[in-house]
Amino acid sequence: MSGLDAATFAALQATFLEESFEGLDRAEAGLLTLDTAVTDEVVGELFRAIHSIKGGAGAFGIDEITGLAHTMESVLDDVRSGAAPTPAMTAALLRGVDELRLALEERRAGRVASGAAHAGVCAALTAARGAAPRGVAPAPPVPVAPAVNAAPWRVEFAPLPHLMRNGNDPLRLLRELASLGGTVIAVDTSRLPRFEDLDPTECHLAWTLEVPGAVERAAIDEVFAWVDGDCTLAITRAAPVAADAPALAAIAADAPMATSERAGAPASREASAIGSIRVGVDKIDQLMNMIGELVITQSMLGELDGEGPVDAERLARLREGLSQLARNTRAMQESVVRLRSMPVGVVFGRIPRLVHDVGARLGKEVALELSGGTTELDKTVLEKLGDPLVHIVRNSIDHGIELPDARAAAGKPRHGTIRLHAEHRGSEIVIEVADDGRGLDLPRIRAKAVERGLIGADTALTDDETAKLIFAPGFSTAEVVSDVSGRGVGMDVVWRHIKELGGQVDVQSSPGAGTRTILRLPLTLAIIDGQLIRVLEHQYVVPLLSIVESVQIDPRRRARLAGGHDIYRVREQIVPIVDLGAALGLRPPGVATSSLLMIVETDGAPLGLIVDELLAQQQVVIKSLESNYQRVDGLAGATILGDGRVAFILDIVDLARHARRGRVGHADHEQAA
Amino acid sequence: MSRIMVVDDSNSMRALIAQTLRGAGHEVTEAADGQFALDLVGTTKIDLFLCDVNMPRIDGLTLVKRLRTLAPSKFTPILMLTTEVDPEKIKVAKAAGATGWMVKPFQPDQLLATIRKVLT
Repeated sequence: MSGLDAATFAALQATFLEESFEGLDRAEAGLLTLDTAVTDEVVGELFRAIHSIKGGAGAFGIDEITGLAHTMESVLDDVRSGAAPTPAMTAALLRGVDELRLALEERRAGRVASGAAHAGVCAALTAARGAAPRGVAPAPPVPVAPAVNAAPWRVEFAPLPHLMRNGNDPLRLLRELASLGGTVIAVDTSRLPRFEDLDPTECHLAWTLEVPGAVERAAIDEVFAWVDGDCTLAITRAAPVAADAPALAAIAADAPMATSERAGAPASREASAIGSIRVGVDKIDQLMNMIGELVITQSMLGELDGEGPVDAERLARLREGLSQLARNTRAMQESVVRLRSMPVGVVFGRIPRLVHDVGARLGKEVALELSGGTTELDKTVLEKLGDPLVHIVRNSIDHGIELPDARAAAGKPRHGTIRLHAEHRGSEIVIEVADDGRGLDLPRIRAKAVERGLIGADTALTDDETAKLIFAPGFSTAEVVSDVSGRGVGMDVVWRHIKELGGQVDVQSSPGAGTRTILRLPLTLAIIDGQLIRVLEHQYVVPLLSIVESVQIDPRRRARLAGGHDIYRVREQIVPIVDLGAALGLRPPGVATSSLLMIVETDGAPLGLIVDELLAQQQVVIKSLESNYQRVDGLAGATILGDGRVAFILDIVDLARHARRGRVGHADHEQAA
Repeated sequence: MSRIMVVDDSNSMRALIAQTLRGAGHEVTEAADGQFALDLVGTTKIDLFLCDVNMPRIDGLTLVKRLRTLAPSKFTPILMLTTEVDPEKIKVAKAAGATGWMVKPFQPDQLLATIRKVLT
C-alpha cells in the first residue's frame, strides 16, 4: 500500500487483527444470547463487530474474508432492521464467526486461508435470510464508449437553495468540471433575491456548462454524486457554442472571495488564521521607549566618530557606549519576546465548558480550579497547547474521577476536583493538570507495555516511568487500558505536541488519590542564556537557568556506588555525577582529569557534570538540529558563536535521564567548524 | 495543510487513515467516538471531518446531525466512511447533513484525491 512505509502498515495490520479477534469474541458472545433475547444493543454490537472487520479487511489487504463478512453483515443488517433471527440464521452466523477467526489466525501466522468453506457458509446465510441476496454492490454504471468526436456535453446545473448546508460548495463542483475540461457558458442570476432578502447560507445562482464530448458521462455524473437531490441537473449532448466563453478555471479561481462572503461562517475561519496577533498598547509603548534609548546610545557613539586623537577618555566613553548598547539590545529583545506572549488563560478558557459537558454526560460531579491564567507564554507554544490540555482534562474526567457514589464509598467528597495551574519556573512554563480521582492502574499499564513490546519483561521502572508509558505511541493507538482503568486514546497526541514544542511531559499517580500531569514548556523557542563550556577541544552551551553552581571536585566527597554510578556530596546533598566527555562519546569513561564539577538541576533533581573549563556566558540563538539535520540524543540544538563556530546546546534533561538510568548516551557527532 | 478530524471507533482503521493524512502533510485530530468528536469541536478549528457510520453510543449519523447544529461545524465538509453505496442509506446520511461519502476500503491515493476536492 503506497503512502505508508511497510513497517507502519504491518504494525497497523497487526493491530487490526487483534481488534478483529476481540470483535469476533464479542460477536460470538452476542450471537449466543440471541436465542433468548434480541436487544438493539446486542444486535448493534454484533453488526459493528462484523462491519469493522469487513471494512478493515479490505483496507489491510485481507481480501479473502471480505465476501463472507459482507454476507454476514447483510444478514445482521436485516436483524438490525427488525427481522427476527431464526436458529438457522444464528447457527450460520456462528459458523461465519468461526471461519473469519480461522482466516485471521492464518493471516497472523503469515499465511492466507483458502476460504474454501466460505461459499458454504454464505449459502447457508443467504438461505437463512430466506430471500435473494440484498445489499449487494450496485451494478457498475454502464460504460459509455468514449466518443472523441462526439458533440460536447451541456450541463445545466441549478443548485437548490439548501445545497451549501451540507458543507457542499458549488465552486468545488465547478472546479471539478474544469478539471475535466469544462467551461461555464452561462450564469443564471435571475433567482438572486434582493440584497436585503439575501440569506448568505443559500445558493441562488445556476450555471450552464460545456464539457468536452470525449469525457465519459460517468465522470460527469461522479462530479455531482454528492449533490444528487440537492440540485436540478440536466446533462445532454449539445451543439458547440461560441468559443469566447470564459474559461471556467479562471472563474473558479476568482470566485472564492465571493463565496466566502456569501457563506459567512467558513470565511471567518480563514480570517482567524495564525498570522496575526493582538498586542496591548502598553507593550508597544515599552518597545517604543527601548527604541528611544537605542537612538540616544547611537548618537552617543556617533559623537566619538569625530576628528581628534583616540585617547583614554575617548576609549572609556566608547566602552560605556558599547555596554549601554548591549543593555538596550537585551531590553529590546525581552520586549519583543513579550510581544509574542499571550496569557495561558486564553487556553484555560476552553476548559470550563469541557469539564461541564463531559462531567454531565458521564454523571460525574467535577469542580474545576484554575490558577496562574495570567502567566504569559509564547503565542506559538500557546496555540499548540490547546489540544493536549483538552485530551488530558477529558481523560481525567473520563478515567480518573470516579462516579459520586464510588467516591463517597471511598471516603472522598462526592465531587471530584481538577486543578489547572500555570507558572513560570526558571526558563520554563510549567502547566499542571491534577485530579483527585483513582489514579493510574500501574501494574496493568506495565503488563500491557510488556505485551506490546514497549519494554522488556524484566525492565526495571519507577512508578513515574511506568505511568509515563501511557504516552508511548504504540501504547495509546492500541487503546489497551482506556476501557478499564487507564488513559488511552489521545495521550500520544499530548506527547507529540509537547515534544514538538521542545517540552516535557511527566505524569505522577497515586493509587486512589489522583493523577498529576505536568507539562513543561520553554518560555520562548528562539533565544536562551547560555554558559559556554569546554570539553576537550569542543565548546558546548549549557542553558544558564539549569545551572545551580560550579564547584572544584574534592576527591574525599566523591564515591562510586555499586553498578558504576559516581556520586558526589555537596553539603548535605548526594548528587549523581557524569563525565560530560564520556557522555558525549568524546572519551572513554573514567579518564577525565578535570576537577571542575558543574551542578545542574532538572526536574527538581541535581546532576553533576564534569567539564574541562567554564568559558563565557552569552545569549545564544537556538538552531534546530531536527530541522537541519536530525535529532541527536543529549543535544537540544546548536548555535553559532560570535567567531562563526558552531556549538551544540546540551539537552540537560535528556542527559540526566540517561545518567539516572545508569546508561550513558552515546552521541556520535563531530563538532562542526 | 488542513486540519482534519478522523472519527472511527476502529483503532487500526483510524490510525491507517490518520497516518495517510499526516503523510500528506495534514494535521489530524483523532476521535474514537462521536462524543469525543463533539467535545473537541468547540476547542479546535476543523477543516474537514471524516466519520465512520457505525460507532457505539453516538453513531455517525447522529454525530453529523449534532455537528450541523454547532456553529463551528455548521458548514464544514463532512465525509462519511461507509462500506457500501446503498442509495437509501446515502439519502439518510445526506438528510443528516453529510457532504459526501467514501467507500471503504480505499487506497491512500483515493483518500487524498477525494479530500483534496473538498478542501481546496
